[in-house]
Amino acid sequence: MNKTLTFNELQKECSKIIKNEKIRINICAGLGCVAKGSLELYDEFKKVLKEKNLDTSIDVLLKEEKKEGVNTIKTGCIGICEAGPVILITPGDILYLHVQNKHVREIIDKTILNNELVEEILPKNYDGAVCKNIKEVPFYAKQEKIVLRNCGQIDPTDIRDYIAHNGYTALYKSLFELSPEEVINIMIDSKLRGRGGGGFPTGLKWKFAAAEKDSKKYVVINADEGDPGAFMDRSVLEGDPHSVIEGAAIAAYAIGANEGYIYVRAEYPLAVERLQLAIQQAEKYNILGENIFGSNFSFHLKIKEGAGAFVCGEETALLASIEGFRGMPKPKPPFPAQKGLWGHPTIINNVETMACVAPIINNGADWFKKFGTPESPGTKTFALSGKLKNTGLVEIPFGVTLRELVFDIGGGIKDDGKFKAVQIGGPSGGCLTEEHLDMPIDYDSIKKAGAIVGSGGLVVLDDKTCMVETARFFMSFTQAESCGKCVPCREGTNRMLEILNRIVSGEGTLEDIDLLEEIGFVVKEGSLCGLGKTAPNPVLSTLKYFKEEYLAHIEEKTCPARQCKKLEYYYIDPDKCKGCTICAKQCPSRAIFGIPKEPFFISQERCVKCGICITVCPFGAIELK
Amino acid sequence: MYQEELKKQQPLRNFQRVNEIIEEHGKSRDKLIPILQEVQKEFRYLPKEMLSFIATALGLSPADVYGVATFYAQFSTEPKGKHVIQVCDGTACHVRGSMNLIKKLKEKLNLEADQHTTEDLLVTIETVNCIGACALAPAMMIDGKIFGHLTPESIDAILEDLLKNERRKTNE
Repeated sequence: MNKTLTFNELQKECSKIIKNEKIRINICAGLGCVAKGSLELYDEFKKVLKEKNLDTSIDVLLKEEKKEGVNTIKTGCIGICEAGPVILITPGDILYLHVQNKHVREIIDKTILNNELVEEILPKNYDGAVCKNIKEVPFYAKQEKIVLRNCGQIDPTDIRDYIAHNGYTALYKSLFELSPEEVINIMIDSKLRGRGGGGFPTGLKWKFAAAEKDSKKYVVINADEGDPGAFMDRSVLEGDPHSVIEGAAIAAYAIGANEGYIYVRAEYPLAVERLQLAIQQAEKYNILGENIFGSNFSFHLKIKEGAGAFVCGEETALLASIEGFRGMPKPKPPFPAQKGLWGHPTIINNVETMACVAPIINNGADWFKKFGTPESPGTKTFALSGKLKNTGLVEIPFGVTLRELVFDIGGGIKDDGKFKAVQIGGPSGGCLTEEHLDMPIDYDSIKKAGAIVGSGGLVVLDDKTCMVETARFFMSFTQAESCGKCVPCREGTNRMLEILNRIVSGEGTLEDIDLLEEIGFVVKEGSLCGLGKTAPNPVLSTLKYFKEEYLAHIEEKTCPARQCKKLEYYYIDPDKCKGCTICAKQCPSRAIFGIPKEPFFISQERCVKCGICITVCPFGAIELK
Repeated sequence: MYQEELKKQQPLRNFQRVNEIIEEHGKSRDKLIPILQEVQKEFRYLPKEMLSFIATALGLSPADVYGVATFYAQFSTEPKGKHVIQVCDGTACHVRGSMNLIKKLKEKLNLEADQHTTEDLLVTIETVNCIGACALAPAMMIDGKIFGHLTPESIDAILEDLLKNERRKTNE
């Protein structure tokens, strides 16, 4: 194939991959599975298939029809990271979990050659019955894949596989069948809302930028996924980079831009590598560059690597960073759509938003609105993590309840612990509790409950997690990441952190709670950007729903979840203590008192918590509480 | 040892390489961060004299360049160790006990609470906000490779491996 092929010819050529392919083994090469050895698994499959003369590849499939061949590919994240390495065999959509090298021969002999299943590594549902294909697996049953449509199904390092799976048809359709206004109207009609956290309607953003009269405009993709507990954008970039590039090119056509940047976190080296390769391949086939597909539309896309600043997820700060300055936000208006990068109109969209664009153009706004709720149409990806049985990457239509997400998809709490809360939206978000479990997940309901959908990090907390400590953790994060521009955020987060540090050390007072609420209000009102405006959320929402935990730390000096180390204390069980006096003699701070041969006790004021008494007690009478 | 080797290199650390990097990228303002990233890759940190040099070459004030270099977490103005262990302290790792891992690592490497790099400049320990491996929590990254579902015991073995390799190299 060379670049003089028209898009139709290119499509026809690439469709041979699917036409000639009989069996495909998708091996998850997402970060989770790689860490568990999926690359070695890939080599083993290739080796055994070659031995049996069954091996084929995309290159072979494009050249000749080979009826018996098995195409083994390394894909992006298949989703259920907890059970890696994961493989998916098509046709049949057979999912195998925890696959080891020793299973390879059995899978080939049974499943590939004889259509039988290897029961041992099949997923099970909650009743213990095996799931013969992926749709029967509870983790996947309620999912709906738009953003992740190709993730785990195609080879992200080969543009031809993306084209074979309907790739770049939306871009082609936009360029030759739709005017820029029509593209924008479809996007407005679809009611797609920005998936980065704000939830601003994407079509409107494009409309504002398109209305500006300027010879230079920019499209920027925000892939600075800084929220701790979020890995959706990473998975999309690693598993299906072309879907993001296609969305960006359509956006550029719609607003009249010829240049774009994709701002990726430096902590995601593999995503950068995959994107680089994808851009190179797209340029080779004239999908990026000058006169795309022979039209008069040109678009150049460049990668900018971030340098590790959370605040750069804020759009004006991100632009400052691209320009080479400290990533500090600017007041809005003017909005970036009017005056953005180097003073030119710029639209900034999140990775997931961009990945939604092509399916909407291809299938129409009405199709998209069939998913989700009227005000929040479509789907949302979530990164499930924390104290959950099935951690991983999921995509659900808006409107699914939190209970379905945590218990049906996520499989409930790890080690059969007790559900306490979910933290949603990262450091800008809040906690939702038992009472919210039956609330549908959409932008407006979650906001009403005091949290935000955010970018989609969802961390499940159980009864062994201290909520005050969790709030302190987020506050230490935002305090360190505050850029320092606005005084309320810079100083306020510092003071709030100080207070929280006091409370978890057992030195808090009741006035501290009022002070936290007051400072929180000031930080929210007085900060310029999203970071400051949302920084108090984790504290305020835990204060709202878990006030009794704060009070236990302050009044009783205990941590109900037993997580705060400084509130631990040593205690002598009077039933076990024989009054032998060994501990009292060994105690360096003379904190243990008693009459010999009667139970001793520890003075908490004197105790320095060195733990010596536990190690010397011959009767195991001393406990750490 | 490794430290001596580093000292030997010092006189060689001329500005020629920095010049090459600046030439490759060009001298416009928006190239400042990519230049700093590449210089850091080369020297594993940003020596102060290099910052002034880059500032002059780009026609910026040294304060401006220093401001950018200290704003972003990726840049370090202190020498870093040969191997960088990044322990994830994102939410998911935090609730699954990442603080215990850091404690264990520091114990094993005889590091004080506020010390991040071993004296022989072999290992640096950093905490990072999130490496996106939440499903493997608690996780850490050593020189770009991810280790997941860690326990204090498995850390022992991983660190032992790393140090053994280093000792073998110095013996050779």
